[in-house]
Amino acid sequence: MKSEDVLEPQLEALDEDLLTIHDTVNQEYKYGFVTQIEADSAPKGLTEDTIRFISAKKNEPEWMLEWRLKAFGHWQKMEEPHWANLHYPKIDYQDIIYYSAPKQKPKVNSLDEIDPELRKTFEKLGISLEEQKRLSGVAVDAVIDSVSIATTFKEQLGELGIIFCSMSEAVKNHPDLVKQYLSSVVPITDNYFAALNAAVFSDGSFVYIPKGVRCPMELSTYFRINAENTGQFERTLIIADEGAYVSYLEGCTAPMRDENQLHAAVVELIALDNAEIKYSTVQNWYPGDKEGNGGIYNFVTKRGICRGVNSKISWTQVETGSAITWKYPSVILKGDNSTGEFYSVAVTNNHQQADTGTKMLHLGKNTRSRIVSKGISAGFSNNSYRGLVHVGKNATNARNFSQCDSLLLGDKCGAHTFPYIEVKNNTAVVEHEATTSKIGEDQIFYCNQRGISTETAVALIINGFAKEVMNKLPMEFAIEAQKLLAISLEGSVG
Amino acid sequence: MLSINNLHARIEEKEILKGINLDIKAGEVHAIMGPNGSGKSTLASVLAGRPEYEVTGGSVEFLEKDLLELSPEERAGEGIFLAFQYPVEIPGLTTTNFIKTAVNEVRKYRGQAPYDAVQFLKLMREKMAMVEINQSLLSRSLNEGFSGGEKKRNEIFQMAMLEPKLAILDETDSGLDIDAIRIVANGVNKLRNKDNAVLLVTHYQRLLDYIVPDFVHVLYNGRIVKSGTKELAFELEEKGYDFIKNEVAQEA
Amino acid sequence: MNTIETIKERYQQLQSNNGSSVLTPIEQHAFNTFNTLGIPTVKNEEWKYTRINGVFNKEYAFNPEDISASISESDLNAIRFPGDEKTNELVFVNGLYSNELSTIHSENLTVISLEEATKSEYRELVLQHLGHSSKYINDGLNALNTAFAAEGVFIHVKKGDIVEHPVYIYNIIDARSANILAQPRVLIYVGENAQVIFAENYATFGAAESFTNQVTEIVVEKDALVEYYKIQNDAAHTNQVTTTHIRQIGKSLVNTVTVSLDGGIVRNNLNIAMEAEYSESHFFGLYFLKGATHVDNHTVVDNVKPHCQSNELYKGAVDDNATAVFNGKIFVQKDAQKTNAYQSNKNLLLSNNATVNTKPQLEIFADDVKCSHGCTVGQLDEEALFYLRSRGISEAAAKSLLIHAFAVDILGHIKPEAIRQHVDELISRRLGVEIE
Repeated sequence: MKSEDVLEPQLEALDEDLLTIHDTVNQEYKYGFVTQIEADSAPKGLTEDTIRFISAKKNEPEWMLEWRLKAFGHWQKMEEPHWANLHYPKIDYQDIIYYSAPKQKPKVNSLDEIDPELRKTFEKLGISLEEQKRLSGVAVDAVIDSVSIATTFKEQLGELGIIFCSMSEAVKNHPDLVKQYLSSVVPITDNYFAALNAAVFSDGSFVYIPKGVRCPMELSTYFRINAENTGQFERTLIIADEGAYVSYLEGCTAPMRDENQLHAAVVELIALDNAEIKYSTVQNWYPGDKEGNGGIYNFVTKRGICRGVNSKISWTQVETGSAITWKYPSVILKGDNSTGEFYSVAVTNNHQQADTGTKMLHLGKNTRSRIVSKGISAGFSNNSYRGLVHVGKNATNARNFSQCDSLLLGDKCGAHTFPYIEVKNNTAVVEHEATTSKIGEDQIFYCNQRGISTETAVALIINGFAKEVMNKLPMEFAIEAQKLLAISLEGSVG
Repeated sequence: MLSINNLHARIEEKEILKGINLDIKAGEVHAIMGPNGSGKSTLASVLAGRPEYEVTGGSVEFLEKDLLELSPEERAGEGIFLAFQYPVEIPGLTTTNFIKTAVNEVRKYRGQAPYDAVQFLKLMREKMAMVEINQSLLSRSLNEGFSGGEKKRNEIFQMAMLEPKLAILDETDSGLDIDAIRIVANGVNKLRNKDNAVLLVTHYQRLLDYIVPDFVHVLYNGRIVKSGTKELAFELEEKGYDFIKNEVAQEA
Repeated sequence: MNTIETIKERYQQLQSNNGSSVLTPIEQHAFNTFNTLGIPTVKNEEWKYTRINGVFNKEYAFNPEDISASISESDLNAIRFPGDEKTNELVFVNGLYSNELSTIHSENLTVISLEEATKSEYRELVLQHLGHSSKYINDGLNALNTAFAAEGVFIHVKKGDIVEHPVYIYNIIDARSANILAQPRVLIYVGENAQVIFAENYATFGAAESFTNQVTEIVVEKDALVEYYKIQNDAAHTNQVTTTHIRQIGKSLVNTVTVSLDGGIVRNNLNIAMEAEYSESHFFGLYFLKGATHVDNHTVVDNVKPHCQSNELYKGAVDDNATAVFNGKIFVQKDAQKTNAYQSNKNLLLSNNATVNTKPQLEIFADDVKCSHGCTVGQLDEEALFYLRSRGISEAAAKSLLIHAFAVDILGHIKPEAIRQHVDELISRRLGVEIE
């Protein structure tokens, strides 16, 4: 191969890198504002009445209420899990508001009717709903506290038979689809937080891509916790029917508050024959202050099932936020020749703690999975990768490749890797690679000696380390995510 | 070009340099030799501005500037290059990206316009050929998983790219087999000209067969105790460093 | 008489014949250890996958005087590595060093018997380093070899010198008239700032069986550079247990490549003790196994001091009923901060009856280190195979080309071109592929 071929693309990428780095140093959490809007809330605490209240508020059909109550029954018998490498004070589940909705006209017919304060919020978040209306490219569903506020591009998508709406609407307008798929991937009894979510979930996004349709634009949901003492429990359900394709983005922010707030979401993905779902997350919930006060407790169950042959599910996540992260986006590879992917960058700084990873369950024949996890720890934080690769008895010719790299900035933080590999079929090829490395004064001095300042050096190192995952994000998100990394790690070395 | 005057330096509480005097003019090659722990590497580190070392006395003037006042990156901008004895690994950062950033930051310091991708690529190809470095190394993370020899080769490549005024080679020969020493020496010799200077820090005479010094200095116990020409290096190799130690003891 | 009795008898005989030497207590201690531990069985965790005790159910001649070790020049020519007239050749016959057959050209290279060495200026070196391998391999076979240490040789490479021509070591067994037990023993000392290349092979003449129990200990001083290549391509009726124990007592560089292509049971212990800061070692392995060959590579890297770098890659293709075992252990001791250690083992399983047991292990007691390990067991890439066949290459040829390609990066680590080409020819002949 000629040297030009290899070098040219690298050099192009290089200029981009440097451009974004200089723009983004010296920024703090910029999404920490609170929007002054009236909220319609449930009283604190969790009883059957709370659930009836939520269900009534949402005018839900009886079957939905029963489903919730059943989940609640299970939840009451369950115990909060503590096997993760996480340490936090006991959560008082009776001290949380389980439903809070911005008071506004019950139905929004056009974007112009949205509360102006709320619209300002979205503009601050960089999501101009107006802009979205004009630019074709991304369709947005905005969820604030517990309720979906607005979904754009509905009509255009409707023409293709694509359903993109809030879960509340889906329950009313597409009950058959919801009944068929809801909790089919994450059962209400799956785990403590999933059961809690099923009991009290307030809203979320629903996507259905019909047979043979490639969704022409990125679908996106922005989640925002605004009200005080509120938990956010959203639930997302995405179904790609035979031969369908969709790329879905999720972004989250929250105000800076001293107390901890709970976020327990559930995401379910279903890919039928020859379908593909690409799910990307940039998670930037408030991580708490430098001393470790406040921040979001993020306990999330995300799981997809490649139910059909040749189907594919890909999770990409950039996690910089939350005080506590407990999250393992997984893929059940049931269909023959199906593929699961997990690309993750998890950054922890100050006193943040993350225990995150994935599960790839190979059940069908010729199934493939790929895991690339990049953990960056700074300050006093702890970052754990926990991953399971399971190859079942009938999963002939399963292939997995896992790579887990950890980067430590400074010597007060920790990185941990917990890979679990279970192989019950001898035709499997499972590869696992792990590295841990540290950036300290030596590396910085080396860069300095070559004329590179400390700030530039840190930015170069971080971006280089995370690049493989960043490249998997859609363009709109990649730049945002790169900025986030720089901000999260500002001042952590040197 | 470089004028070191009664330089004292320490690390933590231990005094290592105890009054170094050395003048280097443009176009010259100086070799510093000495037994382990004599302060050879400390001198190289202090000149480059390694933060762990504290200068406790004396002065260093480089091209009419007070070198000790400058940060490490400013010194690099002025034209000081240190080829590390133990080059550092930086995962995730490709050598190409690293060196491009370095070249352009140094150019910025010197008030020159940054190279665009095409100019940079041209320069890189030229220097790669000069130091016989394999281009596959350059697309890998900086020094990561490189053998000791590859790291040393990469140091010389970076030196070629940055075109320093004063190149300090800190035991660049250690861990290299004879073929690698020849290649490294070739690279250094090609880069020599009447406007720059080289300071070789080495423990053995072998490297000096290939990069012939104008002056050889023997560093012992934090001071330069003997200076001479290339023949001094042979004498050291033959008699061992004990002969210097004895000589110093006799003089005292 | 069974083998164990033969060994005991010979030991007693040697001890009574030879007068007292400084090596006697070392030998006695080792012999007692051998008596206590015996031949390792599969109950010993380190021998879990390799059943060696069966080898001892046969009778072997273990007294070199008993047989005529008549190795002719044409015998030697048949097993020689390619080289020029300046090449240094050290020849061992049935485990004993042969002065007559060996040729040393380099002045800076000294080869004398260990017994002789203890009576020379090297006495302290020998006493300090002989038997250090038992720290890592505490089994009966290591002790058995040490019990006869006085018959071994000492190789000294002078400080500051480059041994310009490689040192070839030929381990020859003459099994034309009897089963042979051989125990070569070597202690190598490489002085400060010296450079030397070793390459060794194993060859048996005759149809009788042989068992080689070899221990080689290498001490590497500051700023020295050592390359060590081991090529194993002996017949299927030969068995070998080899121990190569390397101590880097000064900041130094060691490269080793172990190539195993044929034999009965082959067990290679490779230990690298990195006892000096900033030491560096690279060790590679390549095994191509067929028939019923069983190759077991046991490696230990012990990072004792900070800032060391080790890099290990073993690759192999296993066909027919053959078995490959890889057991790689990396220790990073408490003081060994800033250690960089990489380890990888990659296997191709080419038949349903072939077996691979791989066990990479990391034991890390320091906190600021960079270690990675990985292992793979897989088959040839079906897509690549199809691609080649779609270009008109037969299935067999396509497979051979892919297997050869799999080995290429290891071959690249054999630096002397003559040895690299020699190994490539052996492999290519095996695979039936043409190389340029």
